[in-house]
Amino acid sequence: MSKREFTCIVCPRGCHIEVDDDLNVTGNSCPRGKDYVLSEITNPVRVVTSTVRVKNRPMCVVSVKTNTAIPKSKIFELMDVINQASVDAPTHVGDVVVDKPLGLDTQIVITKEIK
Amino acid sequence: MKNDVLIIGAGVTGSLLARELAKYDLNVVVIEKENDVGNVTSSANSAIVHSGYDPKPGSLKALLNHRGCLKYPKLCDELDVSFSNCGTLTLVDDESQWPQFKALLERSKENGVPVEVLNAEQVRKLEPNVADNVLGGFLAKEAGIVNPFELVVHAMENAVDNGVKLHLNEEVISIKDNGDYFEVKTNQAIYETKVVINAAGLYSDKVASMEEDIDWHIIPRKGEYILLDRLSTPLVSRPIFPLPSEKGKGILVAPTTAGNVFMGPSSEPQEDKDDYSTDGATLANVRSNAFRLVKNIPTRETIRVFAGVRATPSTHDFVIGPSKKNDKFINVAGIESPGLASSPAIAEYVIDNFVSKVLELKEKKDFNPRVRKHIKMKLLSKEERNRLIKENPDFGKVVCNCETVSLGEIKDELSRSVPPHSIKGVKRRTRAGFGRCQGGYCLGIVSMTLANHYHIDETEVDYDGLGTNLIIDEIKKVKHD
Amino acid sequence: MIKKDLVVVGGGAGGLSAAISAYKNGIKDILILEREDHLGGILHQCIHNGFGLTKFKEELTGPEYAFRHIKEVEELGIEYKLDTQVLNISKDKVVTYSNPKDGLVDVEAKAIVVATGSYERTPGAIMLPGDRVTGITTAGTAQKICNITGYITGKRVVILGSGDIGLIMARRLTLEGAKVVCVAEIMPYSNGLQRNIVQCLNDYNIPLYLSTTVSNVIGKKRVEKVVLSKVDENLRIIPNTEMEIDCDCLVLSVGLIPQTTLFEKLKVNYGNNRGAKVDENLMTEVPGVFTCGNALHIHDLVDFVSEEGDIAGKGAADYLNNKIHESRKITFSNGEGVSYVVPNFVNADSDAKVNVKFRVRKPHKTAKLYIKSGDEVILSRPLLGPVPSVMFNIPLTMDKIRNANNIEVSVIDE
Repeated sequence: MSKREFTCIVCPRGCHIEVDDDLNVTGNSCPRGKDYVLSEITNPVRVVTSTVRVKNRPMCVVSVKTNTAIPKSKIFELMDVINQASVDAPTHVGDVVVDKPLGLDTQIVITKEIK
Repeated sequence: MKNDVLIIGAGVTGSLLARELAKYDLNVVVIEKENDVGNVTSSANSAIVHSGYDPKPGSLKALLNHRGCLKYPKLCDELDVSFSNCGTLTLVDDESQWPQFKALLERSKENGVPVEVLNAEQVRKLEPNVADNVLGGFLAKEAGIVNPFELVVHAMENAVDNGVKLHLNEEVISIKDNGDYFEVKTNQAIYETKVVINAAGLYSDKVASMEEDIDWHIIPRKGEYILLDRLSTPLVSRPIFPLPSEKGKGILVAPTTAGNVFMGPSSEPQEDKDDYSTDGATLANVRSNAFRLVKNIPTRETIRVFAGVRATPSTHDFVIGPSKKNDKFINVAGIESPGLASSPAIAEYVIDNFVSKVLELKEKKDFNPRVRKHIKMKLLSKEERNRLIKENPDFGKVVCNCETVSLGEIKDELSRSVPPHSIKGVKRRTRAGFGRCQGGYCLGIVSMTLANHYHIDETEVDYDGLGTNLIIDEIKKVKHD
Repeated sequence: MIKKDLVVVGGGAGGLSAAISAYKNGIKDILILEREDHLGGILHQCIHNGFGLTKFKEELTGPEYAFRHIKEVEELGIEYKLDTQVLNISKDKVVTYSNPKDGLVDVEAKAIVVATGSYERTPGAIMLPGDRVTGITTAGTAQKICNITGYITGKRVVILGSGDIGLIMARRLTLEGAKVVCVAEIMPYSNGLQRNIVQCLNDYNIPLYLSTTVSNVIGKKRVEKVVLSKVDENLRIIPNTEMEIDCDCLVLSVGLIPQTTLFEKLKVNYGNNRGAKVDENLMTEVPGVFTCGNALHIHDLVDFVSEEGDIAGKGAADYLNNKIHESRKITFSNGEGVSYVVPNFVNADSDAKVNVKFRVRKPHKTAKLYIKSGDEVILSRPLLGPVPSVMFNIPLTMDKIRNANNIEVSVIDE
């Protein structure tokens, strides 16, 4: 039986987790670690963080994130959407910049207050 | 309109010459290939005003070094340049060196430069951190240290304030000698001038050969340095030298006018005039040589390593004088150490002996020898600082934390007649970015200030020379309104 | 002269937590001094997520983590000044600051928390060899340029040093359209957190070369090539292992150093962490002057910076309420396998909980932590795969150490 090894990225603890062919998970310190490796095997997902242009402020971008993790394979497509988006200041944490980008069940939201 | 004098090169030699010529009723133009004055050899050297004990007696170096050194206190007062008359200490650390030491004392006598001989105990009293094997030495009291960036910038600023024209980013391509005047072609324009002064530093041989075949050349000689942070307890109070050798004055340990300490320089001839690279082996050697002179060097406080390239003349002496072909083409070349110390005397010497022979010199009545005081908030009293901040709030905005430099000081430099055009230009003038974080904090603000001042995008702000923008592109497709 | 019970220098994670904690412990007359035009410090440029898992039990980005603290400071009505640089702290606790509005002002403080963060080790500090060209920057500077102003410093990037900011920037620059060719690390192990190796390098197929450093930088005006070489166990370059890489930018992530400039005039002593020496309340050798966060020692996670801010803020409040009684000092020092320990001394009569923080010198597969007083083992426990990139935080109760003179913390290979 072969085993696949993972470093858990759910929290900074970085547990070393092993999964065998029957999807038995060992090495995790919490249930989230198990969920993480099972997701890594079937459909790896990541929260994407980036910035969008603040049009009415010179030399300024504002930070954004996807408010849920999206499929890893979609990250660069999503970056295209982010790079074309823009906002005007003031910005507020949680404001939605793009709803359901690429038809994904997520939102690109602002993470920083700019006055 | 013909210019009277065209100076090629705005290093310390060219800048002090320009400032000296500004005292006369002349049209003077300075052409500089870099985007700032003092951008090459003048900005990467030991910053020491040698007193002149060691040049070969009878040489131009011997004649001009001591003379130049004695001009420093007044010059730096007029040009508002940091200068400290701290003296220099030359040490013996091995019994075998005494004969050479005695010969050097003889030479200092011949050169008319007073030195004070010290025994080991006296040396340690002056400099408690000298290495344990130091046996004695001598103190050259007239020597000192200077801020070379300020010297060049302020000299040129004073020259420009008194009517000299400065053209940056212009490189001389050819010179046509028409007998009674010259046509100097640059990458930007053609200048007609009665007199040409070649102060082109590393490239002075190339410029000289545009006029005539020459029997000398410039050997680029690299010197690598290690710079330490300002220390809370001083390591040394004056430059500490080993005995000089045929390679130069050796690797020294010296304070700067701002309170840093440096070790260096190495001394290696090279082919390339523009190779400023540093390498680990050379710097390790600099370090071990420094430890021969001084103990307890806190090398952990290293904040920068850099290299300067010196214009060593093949003749071993300054090459100063007119070309054989036309006495209106004056070379001021091969100004290696003690070039910085000699430069005020070189300017006077060139004018008295050569320029005055070919041009009528009439003193200007309205020459102002002083520059407008350069503001250094750090050195002012609380009351003076508050007065300035009230007049201009930018003086209250501290941009560089390590060196305590305000936005007001940077903007003041930008408003002057020889303003900075690069992040490094700002650094040299104000010390913003000179400290332990090396611009980690202030770089962004300095960059933005330059962009705003020159109405350019941040991607057009150069770090150093033209085409050295650190920021290369915007990351977002959406532009600003 | 203006008088304040507490002046907090620095409005980043540590300073904000210290101010909030002092407030909650009864000190209302507080002034936070911040050099930027916003509170939150370096968190604003750390736009990635992974913050707050310990403190808030949820995963936030840096700006969001900052926002929660800023909101709390504002709700509590704690006074702060922006665009304000502290220039000096005198022995009698006069804080001199400068800003465009007030000018140069002296504030007489009864207590001070110095939470000034850290600065990055520079190319000069590691004596980076090669040509003097543009295109060499520290990771934090690249991060600020990228995440605050929206610009980039290179299109083909080599990263030297596997510190966390370097790893985070490998991903950021990749997402923003640059090609990150590789990360080179002089040590035989990474200096960043394992999770960052996975999600910043592995996710984007960016190779990490261990025992590798930059032996030359080549270029006329801008970086054109970086030469990487292998190093031996003494970190010396091995000849003939050169690998030339075409690139236009070299990003350095070679460590952070506590920003301690303001302690210069106070003549305090420094620990091996390069921060001022502190006791269990994070009070320095100058009574009433506290320090915390990266100004004290470099942290791996901001949550622990906040926790330290809490301790320093409470310490300052206790000091102001005369609840701190100096007593015989038990000294703490780092022994084998440990690079530093915080705190450096503990009051023997203290009733505070002592959090012993330290880092190991090198990675171990399995190792054992020993906290000893002389030959007497006070605490020992196995550490599973300790690495230098992780900061350890071990609580100790006073009753175990009260009679000790010197406590030594060591980590031994098992």
